[in-house]
Amino acid sequence: MSTVSRRGLLSLAGAGGVGAAAGLTAGIFGRDAAAGPAEVPASDTVPFHGERQAGIITPAQDRLHMAAFDVISEDRAELIALLKDWTEAAAALTAGREAGTTGAVNGPYDAPPEDTGEAMGLAAGRLTLTFGFGASLFEKGGSARFGLEGRRPAALIGLPHFPGDQLQEQRTGGDLVVQACSDDPQVAVHAVRNLARIAFGKAQVRWSQLGFGRTASTSRSQQTPRNLFGFKDGTSNVKSEDTGLLSEHVWVPAGAPAPEAWMEGGSYLVARRIRMHIEIWDRTSLREQEGLIGRTKSEGAPLSGGTEFSAPDFDAPGRAGGPLIATSSHVRLAHPSHNNGVHMLRRGYNYTDGSDGLGHLDAGLFFIAFVKDPRTHYVPMQLAMARKDTLAVDYLEHTGSGLFAVPPGVQPGGFVGERLFVA
Amino acid sequence: MTAFRTSPRRFSGRLGLAATAALLPLTLAACTDNAAPAASTDGAAITVSSTSSECKVSAAEAPSGNLTFAISNDGDQVTEFYLLAEDGLRILAEVENIGPGITRNLVATVPAGKYLTACKPGMEGDGLRAAFTVTGTGQAVTVDDDLQKLTDTATGQYTAYVKDQTEQLLAGTRSFAAAFAAGETETARGLYASTRMHWERIEPVAESFGDLDPKLDLREADLEPGEAWTGWHRAEKDLFAPAGYTAMTSAERAGLSAQLVADTEDLYQRTRTLGLTADKLGNGAKELLDEVATGKVTGEEEIWSHTDLWDFQANVDGARIAFENLRPVLEKKDAALAAKLDTRFSALQTELGTHARGTGFASYDDLTPEQVRKLAALVDTLGEPLSRLTAAVVL
Repeated sequence: MSTVSRRGLLSLAGAGGVGAAAGLTAGIFGRDAAAGPAEVPASDTVPFHGERQAGIITPAQDRLHMAAFDVISEDRAELIALLKDWTEAAAALTAGREAGTTGAVNGPYDAPPEDTGEAMGLAAGRLTLTFGFGASLFEKGGSARFGLEGRRPAALIGLPHFPGDQLQEQRTGGDLVVQACSDDPQVAVHAVRNLARIAFGKAQVRWSQLGFGRTASTSRSQQTPRNLFGFKDGTSNVKSEDTGLLSEHVWVPAGAPAPEAWMEGGSYLVARRIRMHIEIWDRTSLREQEGLIGRTKSEGAPLSGGTEFSAPDFDAPGRAGGPLIATSSHVRLAHPSHNNGVHMLRRGYNYTDGSDGLGHLDAGLFFIAFVKDPRTHYVPMQLAMARKDTLAVDYLEHTGSGLFAVPPGVQPGGFVGERLFVA
Repeated sequence: MTAFRTSPRRFSGRLGLAATAALLPLTLAACTDNAAPAASTDGAAITVSSTSSECKVSAAEAPSGNLTFAISNDGDQVTEFYLLAEDGLRILAEVENIGPGITRNLVATVPAGKYLTACKPGMEGDGLRAAFTVTGTGQAVTVDDDLQKLTDTATGQYTAYVKDQTEQLLAGTRSFAAAFAAGETETARGLYASTRMHWERIEPVAESFGDLDPKLDLREADLEPGEAWTGWHRAEKDLFAPAGYTAMTSAERAGLSAQLVADTEDLYQRTRTLGLTADKLGNGAKELLDEVATGKVTGEEEIWSHTDLWDFQANVDGARIAFENLRPVLEKKDAALAAKLDTRFSALQTELGTHARGTGFASYDDLTPEQVRKLAALVDTLGEPLSRLTAAVVL
């Protein structure tokens, strides 16, 4: 494990060209890196070890890089070795240290550096690395892999085809997933890049997705951000302060059958790459935009009245007999009261990935949600929205998808998913 | 807001939102740039605070031209705001469904004269009224009593168009269904795209009948697990079968044909009485272009027959007819927009015309990426100003 702190390195670097260059880069991007203290301030890092994996109820960071991997080895020992290596690297990276024992510049002069180096001088930006396992890790083509017969949790389903899905194979599925979130995009990318490098020979990147701006707040201390429709998103999200709702809806409870006990205290990560037809949306009247969402654009108040955090009154009648909040509006169809009371913890990000080749931005929402069971907490709601939510039907297109079992947290000396392999 | 709707993929009821389009202040109109507005409001919004007992309007007087009222519901009931003619009966402009705590803007073009403002908390009764004067010191606003007539003509013409297209659709569907049921594959293939054009021309109206659209026009990707698949695209897959596809039995074809005809008859019956308004025409035209942009220009609508350009042409036809019906109104309200739409409809039509083959069109599969990009650019070029049509004719 690296003992090299990126900022520590920098503070030594007055003497060194590399440090000076890094400082210059940081300056260009307006970061306060060169002046940083030798020790990374505690507020800038999120502990990696703990009862739960970080990056779920951690107040949502501003940027995302998520990557799914296919394990190319069929050797159980190699998979375990990869998970151990990733765990070690993740502990270092999230602490603001470099990958490997010698980091970016302290190794042999004739060897490629262990750490790729682009995060030198950067603070951790509250980096979290969250790991999950896809169904295809457990079995492929009807055969179990890695000696994991019978260990695939029942909740780790293959998601059904939802009406309107236009999933692209190269953006869907994966054996393993890594969610890297940081307030600094370069730090998130650096983390995924270094984990991918560590995985060579054992696993290869299947898809990866950048998110440039969070679309959810997971703490009451955060402002509600806006999605690319220009509306506040995630107003009624489950927050880290809602411990009751978290136990009820997000964390896998104790009492699972023994083969699934490794998931107790974990959660399920649903990822959906949702293209937004933003050019069409932009030609839509404000009346219709607000009607489709069911909230005002400026404040985010439900159309039944009040302010952003007022509870929507779905029965409030408007003129002409219809309710103020339309029956096909997004806020109604996504609300727990129309979904058997289920909540999800959403943690999605806005993305743009260049153009679609027809002069439109390939832009949208990279939806991420954590739930205790996707069969009850995601599939029914998504089916209803794909069917009835005018917003979803007319302006959204799901182009990528993934469902991953996110095991509980790692204790010092342990590794991600240890109970699946050891217990 | 529209009672018709268009969905690139399948129906969803925008009808639920439909009730409250701003009423057309049709006797007010055509503003021309003129003298600067008087200083009293100077273009700033006139604020209105509506409570259960009061309707506080920040000014009792304003210069003629475009007036913006920002109505805040400071009470605890749903409220409405009206600008009424001096007789207290005729509604010039209104905004409905303002929930408690919410502020909404109302923009209206108002000539000099005496008016009444009214808040209606609880949506009942005469409302809390006050006198409101518009002075002739702002932009000149010419009153044109013909506008209502022109609008009525427009909606009347478009209603007739919808009915005519539905009649042709029904006749064509009967022929197609007979051929399909009889296993006359070549005949059915030949009728497929040309018959569907009648559907595509009036798609937003057809889709306003929420249950009919999925029955008639659902694509395979739009199905839920276990959902029965009927309509045109089911037949498309059988007629233009992909490799490895198992053909329908003759009984299955007969069942699908009968259902297709029955559902189209249902559509025919329901379109005998239509309550179309100017905003529905305007929004319908815009939605047809949305359809082209998300479904046709991408080749997603007709994934087996590749007859997307036929649908493309039909969507453009429907949008152009709505625009042309509204043009006399638009020319009085915003002649520049009318001229721009003319030019851009023509440019798109010219480009689309280069892909015409005989009485139909080239297969979408034969288009080069460059040709598709060119079409997409022209769709956007038209779609952007077309999205302003509704506001232009109802303001």
